[in-house]
Order: sequence, then structure tokens, then C-alpha cells
Amino acid sequence: MLPEILREIPVARALESWDPSAIVDGATALGEAVLYIAPEKIRDVCRQLRTEHGFARLGGITGVDWYPASPRFEIVYFLHSIGNNERLRLKCRVAEGQELDSVTGVWRAANWYEREIYDLFGITFRGHPDLRRIMLPEDWEGHPLRKDYPVHGHRYSYKDE
Amino acid sequence: MSEPDLSSSSLTPAEEPTEGSTSRRRMVLNMGPQHPSTHGVLRIILELEGETILNATPDIGYLHTGIEKECEVKTYQQVVPLTDRVDYLANLSNNLGYSLAVEKLLQLEIPPKAQWMRVLLVELTRINSHLVWLGTHAMDIGAMTVFLYCFREREDLLRIFEMFSGQRMMTSYIRVGGLALEPPRGWEQAVGKFIDAFPSKLAEYEDLLTKNPIWMNRTKGVGFLALEDLLDCGVTGPMIRAAGMKWDIRKDEPYSSYDKFDFEIPTREASDVYARYEVRLEEMRQSVRIIRQAMDGMPEGAWVTSAPNVVLPEREKMKTQIEALIYHFKIVTEGFTVPAGEAYVCIESPRGELGYYVVSNGTSKPHRVFMRTPSFANLQALPDMVKGRLIADTIAALGSIDFVLGDVDR
Repeated sequence: MLPEILREIPVARALESWDPSAIVDGATALGEAVLYIAPEKIRDVCRQLRTEHGFARLGGITGVDWYPASPRFEIVYFLHSIGNNERLRLKCRVAEGQELDSVTGVWRAANWYEREIYDLFGITFRGHPDLRRIMLPEDWEGHPLRKDYPVHGHRYSYKDE
Repeated sequence: MSEPDLSSSSLTPAEEPTEGSTSRRRMVLNMGPQHPSTHGVLRIILELEGETILNATPDIGYLHTGIEKECEVKTYQQVVPLTDRVDYLANLSNNLGYSLAVEKLLQLEIPPKAQWMRVLLVELTRINSHLVWLGTHAMDIGAMTVFLYCFREREDLLRIFEMFSGQRMMTSYIRVGGLALEPPRGWEQAVGKFIDAFPSKLAEYEDLLTKNPIWMNRTKGVGFLALEDLLDCGVTGPMIRAAGMKWDIRKDEPYSSYDKFDFEIPTREASDVYARYEVRLEEMRQSVRIIRQAMDGMPEGAWVTSAPNVVLPEREKMKTQIEALIYHFKIVTEGFTVPAGEAYVCIESPRGELGYYVVSNGTSKPHRVFMRTPSFANLQALPDMVKGRLIADTIAALGSIDFVLGDVDR
């Protein structure tokens, strides 16, 4: 059941009538609309939002690590509709080792953002055309933006030494 | 160290010439990471057939410094100097984006003078950034003179920034709650002198480039990408305005009192390198207009908000009032706490949408700071822009994206 506040956001209403199980939670944080999407539905929801609701732009994707909470990660999608001048944040709660469907087929912009999350958080995206590390060298160990990755201490990565 | 074995390296031809195509040979060319036209450390792997590009794969991360990770162990005010180092040609824009996000979480009201001062400073930053872009971009294409002219004017701007903050580049002048210091005495004369002279300087650049046949040959029709593709790749800023999209965050989602200023959003339809040049030049003119309005209508009053638990007290008060001393001690030692929650604020940086997504867990250090940097998204469009074109066009297309590697790699 959706909170009352989301009933006022037309997009959330429309999404729920399209697929009642897509939205699992929602909130309006400081005037910004946030919808929690069931992880297995994220690609379909994104496609629906893009084709039917004018969200032609993907601003970016990022992750937040809530270690030691479970599920541990939140993947955040920043959507923007220039035509309606409307912004929307989608979130998926993902456990460690859980895969997400890639949204590169919906927006090409997702390509590098998903690679960045794979690199820095260690979350894999099913169906991504080129899922490699993007910031760090290929032979790097660990995922630096995880909360259990140390901030201090040096680690070098020279392949040929 | 032993000699690298070049036979297996990607620098040698990737494929042997096949039968019947002896004149055509595919090869892989490694451009960068040390290359003057990549403006930093960007590596592009070009797959070539003759001089035609079949595929271009940007390889980034050479300047990855883990700024987002670093933010998580700093207090909120300690993050401000880090934001300077993200896009090191538009420091004040980054300061502003971050400060606005934290201020939104704290629900602080910023006094009008600070807001107008911020507008003035980020517009000066826009001119500064565009000057570096124009100078280096023109030099890449072979117009050396423009570079010298642009850096002459940029020097004046850096002096103005130094006057305000004591720093030429890493200013950290816009802080949570307002400005770092009171605007210095005589800033009106310094800025006024600059904007009085600048339009004639812009005309000088235009004399050198706008109708220059070499410049036009190198830029017109080069780096074309349709508007739908640009939007699909997440491109923002002058690049999509050069493709005909009249979208500017300063107008559409105004922040920091931009709605009180009168200015135009320049657009072009051609979506090539030349159109991007025209748009950015016109943007500099509009920035001068905004700066003039900000100077003429500068409100009186405080340059920081009155939030004693967030903003450092005046030195004088610290010596006479015990509360001020306590607040000072608390802010410096443990920082200020921010209510749990999250905020995304985006501003129009010289390169496009610059967003700061700050997640707070109620302590004095951010739980997560995500920087939605424009260069990262804009650079993704490069392969589509250069496919099927010549290597020389890559240089022009790269310049027209106007990326900063610090902004890409963070």
C-alpha cells in the first residue's frame, strides 16, 4: 500500500495502475520524489517511464552502502523529464551478490554509470554490454566505495612487477 | 625493467590485412593518456582503417582520486575544499553545488547579498572556464594566438578570485551558509573594470575565429550528433543547446536567485563543433550581462546566514562572547550535524548539469556524496561523434566537449 503522499504524484499513480507490484515504497524527501522499485522490475519500470511518461534523460546512477543493514545497498537512479520539468529518483534495495538488470537498453547514458557502480561497489548488472572496471585498474582488488573498504593505507597495483 | 614486448601489445596492427584488401589495413592507435589534445590524462583507443575511425573507446580513470570516498571521512565543511578539486576550472560552481545541497538538508535561508554574490562569482567562473576552453580548443586546431589572448583575460579573472579568497584556483570561497569571507574592499572596481573591457576582448576572439576559413573548415559539420542521441547519452550543457534544446537549469530550475536576473539562453541548431563554439561565446556575453546586473543590484546586508551552530562566528565576537567561543570550538573540532536525509541539487556549471547528491545519517560527516559531474556524462558521447571521421576530427570533437579530467574521474 502506498503512502498517501505518493497518491499526489501522478507518475507514481500511473505506475501503480500499470503494475501494482512495481513500487514497494516511496517518500518525498525535501520536496524530491523518491520511489522504491522492486529490483527485478527496475528495467521494465525505467522503460515504461521513458516511453510513457517523458523521462527522456537519465541524469545518473549511483549507489549507497548502508552496511551493516540488510539489504546492504541502495542503487539510486536520477531521472529527469525536460518536457515536464520534473525530476524523479528511483531506488532499488540490493543485497550483496544480488544482480540487477542493466538499463543500458533504455538509456545509453547508463553504460558508464553501471560500470562505475560495478567498479566501486561491486554490484553486477545483467545484460550490460561491457561490464568492466572503469576508474580503477583491471587487477584492482576490492570495491572502494563500500563502507568496509579502508580509507587510509596504500595499495599499489603494478601489473608487471 | 625489460623491454616491453610490442608484438603482443595493442599498438601493433590488430588484424592482418585480408585478401583483396591489401591497401586497407585495420590498426589500433593508442591516443593518450599523455597527449596535449586530451587536456589531461584521457586515453582513447582508436580503431582505424587508413585514417578513418572505425571505433573509439575512451579509457578513463587515470585521475581517479577517490574524492567521493574521501568525503565520507571529512566533516561537512571539510568537504568544501575537496569540491574545488573536482572540476578544477570551475571551482566556485562546485563549491556552490555542494553548499546548496547541504543547505537544503539543513534548511538554511541564505541572505540575498550572499546569493547575488554567488551568482556573480559563478558567472565569473563560467567566463574563466570558457576562456580556458576557447584557448586550448583553438590551439588544438592550430590557432595559437587565441590561446594567448584568452589566457591574458583569464589572468585578470584569477586575480579577482585571489582578491576574494586569497587563492587563484582552489578558492573554497562559497561555503555552507554563505561566503567564506566578507567581499574585499575594492572588488566592485576590479570586477567592473573586467566586465567593461571584456566585450571588446570577445570581439577580438571573434575577429580571429568566427569567419576564419581554416577554423570554419575544421569545425563546421564536425562532431555532429543528433539531439536524441545527445540526450540518450546523458549530455547536458552547451552541447545540447548547440543542438537546439533550449534547456538551462538556471532558467528551468532556478537556484540562488537566478530567477531575478534577465538573460538569454543561446541556442543553435547545427549540433557541430562550430555551433558549440558559437553557443559558448554567446554564453560569455550573457554572463557579462548577469554580472553587470548583480553588481548594479547588489543587496545590502549580511554575507552569511545567521546560524551560529553552522557558520563560524566573527573573530571579534569570539573574544567578547562565551557563546561565540563555544560555537567556534564545536564547529572546528566536531563539525556541525546535519539532520538525516538526502538531497539532490543540480546547478548549471560551465559544462552542464552539475549535481550533488548528499546523504546524511544525522552525524557531522556525510554518509555519501555523489557528484553528478557533467564531463563524465558528456564524454560518453565521444565515440558516436567521431565514428567514420578522420583522426584530426577527433581533436576538434574532443575540444568541443570541453571536459575536465578531474571532473570525469573524480
